Amino acid sequence: MTFLLQHLNYVAVIILMMLGLFVTFAGGNLIKRMIGLAIFQTSTGLFFISLGKVQGGTAAITISPTSPEAKALAAQIDPATLAQTGVNGVVYSNPLPHVLILTAIVVGVATLAVGLAIAVRIREAYGSVEAADIAARDRVPLPGQPAEPLV
Amino acid sequence: MNGFETLYAAPPALMAHAPVLMVVGPVIGACATVLAPNSRWAWMISVFATIFALWMSLGVAGEVARHGVITYAIGGFAPPVGIAFRVDALGSMMSLLISSVGVASALFAGHGLRHEIREEKQGLFHGGFLLCLAGLLGLVSTGDAFNAFVFLEVSSIGTYALIAIGGGRDRRALPAAFNYLIMGTIGATFFVIGIGFLYAATGTLNMADIAARLATLQDSRTVQAGFAFIVVGLGLKAAMFPLHGWLPNAYAYAPPLMAVFLSATATKAAIYLLARFVFTVFDPSIVFAGHFLDYVLMPLAAIAAIICSLQAAFDQDLRRSLAFSSVAQVGYILLGLSIATAAGISAGLLLLIAHALMKAALFMALGGIAMTLRARTLNEFAGAGRDAPWTMGAFAIGAASLMGLPFTLGFLSKWRLLEAAVEQQLFWLVAVIAASSLAALVYVGRMLEALFFRQPMPGAARAIEAPLGVIVPLWFLAGLSVWFGIDASLPENLANQAAIVLLGGPR
Repeated sequence: MTFLLQHLNYVAVIILMMLGLFVTFAGGNLIKRMIGLAIFQTSTGLFFISLGKVQGGTAAITISPTSPEAKALAAQIDPATLAQTGVNGVVYSNPLPHVLILTAIVVGVATLAVGLAIAVRIREAYGSVEAADIAARDRVPLPGQPAEPLV
Repeated sequence: MNGFETLYAAPPALMAHAPVLMVVGPVIGACATVLAPNSRWAWMISVFATIFALWMSLGVAGEVARHGVITYAIGGFAPPVGIAFRVDALGSMMSLLISSVGVASALFAGHGLRHEIREEKQGLFHGGFLLCLAGLLGLVSTGDAFNAFVFLEVSSIGTYALIAIGGGRDRRALPAAFNYLIMGTIGATFFVIGIGFLYAATGTLNMADIAARLATLQDSRTVQAGFAFIVVGLGLKAAMFPLHGWLPNAYAYAPPLMAVFLSATATKAAIYLLARFVFTVFDPSIVFAGHFLDYVLMPLAAIAAIICSLQAAFDQDLRRSLAFSSVAQVGYILLGLSIATAAGISAGLLLLIAHALMKAALFMALGGIAMTLRARTLNEFAGAGRDAPWTMGAFAIGAASLMGLPFTLGFLSKWRLLEAAVEQQLFWLVAVIAASSLAALVYVGRMLEALFFRQPMPGAARAIEAPLGVIVPLWFLAGLSVWFGIDASLPENLANQAAIVLLGGPR
């Protein structure tokens, strides 16, 4: 239990990831599926940010070790860690995952935009954004039966 | 030695930046096509940009043949700080293949788009196509794992939009594109999660550095989870059975130009990345990677080769049938890779080249006919071979290569795969290949019978020969299939050297 509590952010990542995937697969509505996909992609952002977090570390912007912020931060960590991982007496979080996730967010937004645009076109062509309706309207009618009416 | 050693394609000033110009050229072209005053200009820019990319990749191929590996630090920031492009024999083979198919597709687009897309939208279409090309070329030349994800998505996002454009002719393209978007994005996100795990374990994103640090981290759960995520993610992108559900409809309803380009390049680039990760970032000697090859990839690829060939044989829609055959062919390629010997990998890569050439020719021939004949099923295509002998003649050559008739690259590459299987005493694979080839005989024979030996249905629309602008790139692709089938020294050398790279030769 304490293990879970200590890794609460990773627990959140897993929950979000599973929720997103479930909605993406189980949703019948194309818009809802896109929302699920967005949640799924966002969870990876949280995952990467969690990776970059250093215990007691601050944002990767140089601050003077004599400033009150630096002293307040240093008070939270044990001196051995500070000496090992700190730079000039301040511990910084790893900024690289943040940058990666900025890129991934842009990719995610572009995907979302294209997906929603296709959903709009589907609405125009089929008159519905429900996966079941779309499948029904493309089904080839059995001989002698009328085709599904176009909306 | 592959004949490229003496090739100095471009002046040294340009050559110094060739790996990145190969990607930047199409991107600039994509911006220019959107601003082009009319569709004619957009097309010319598109052709020019693809030829430029081919020129640069020829230059890179020469450099790679001379030096083994070339590294290019983007912006002058050397790794580990910056992102590096790193092209070796495998990457150079892929970039040659992708840019050649790109040129053929762009030439085809001059006529192939006229009946598909409204005049004023063609510039945008060319823009999307060039972005897709740039993404694929970047994917095969980057040495950075996260950068590979970005390029994968650059090419995929272009692809989703361009497949959806097929909705103007057949609305089923829209759900197909949507489905591909969902599946492709899940695949890419899995890939990026896997990279996150590797980053957590190794602290680097440079593929060569990850590989060096993984040597001591084989037992780490983090690394194993990362491997699983990467394999599933790339398997989705590469249409590895059973993750191929998005592919048949996407290829069947896409505009002909996209069917040509995608069938030859998109899944191939994902296979490249899969091979890159399984063989060079990880290593088959790592227990779980070796087990993946033996107990996951090989059986799944064998099942794909049989099941999807049968599906191709039973589908009435000609283009869907070819799309199913693509999944089966991906199975062949992965079979070759999963054998994991020099002969096996080389056979897999040779199959990859063969399949790219023949599928591009097949889809291009159908696209050439589709300008005048709005046909989908075999019955509607009946007799088209007599009405348009030049176009369908190239189709027949592509089909012969698909079936594996002698004097085609398809035959030769399949033969190499058989040799590799026998060498490793994998006789059940020989049976699989034989069974799948029989199914291929059925579906290809069925197509050729309908096209050449059946009378058109009374009152049905008749096919008209495709214009010269289509015949030329079409016969170029079909001709390569035959030329390489007779004298395969060029593709075989490329594939052999790429196999050496994958097996940890000169890095």
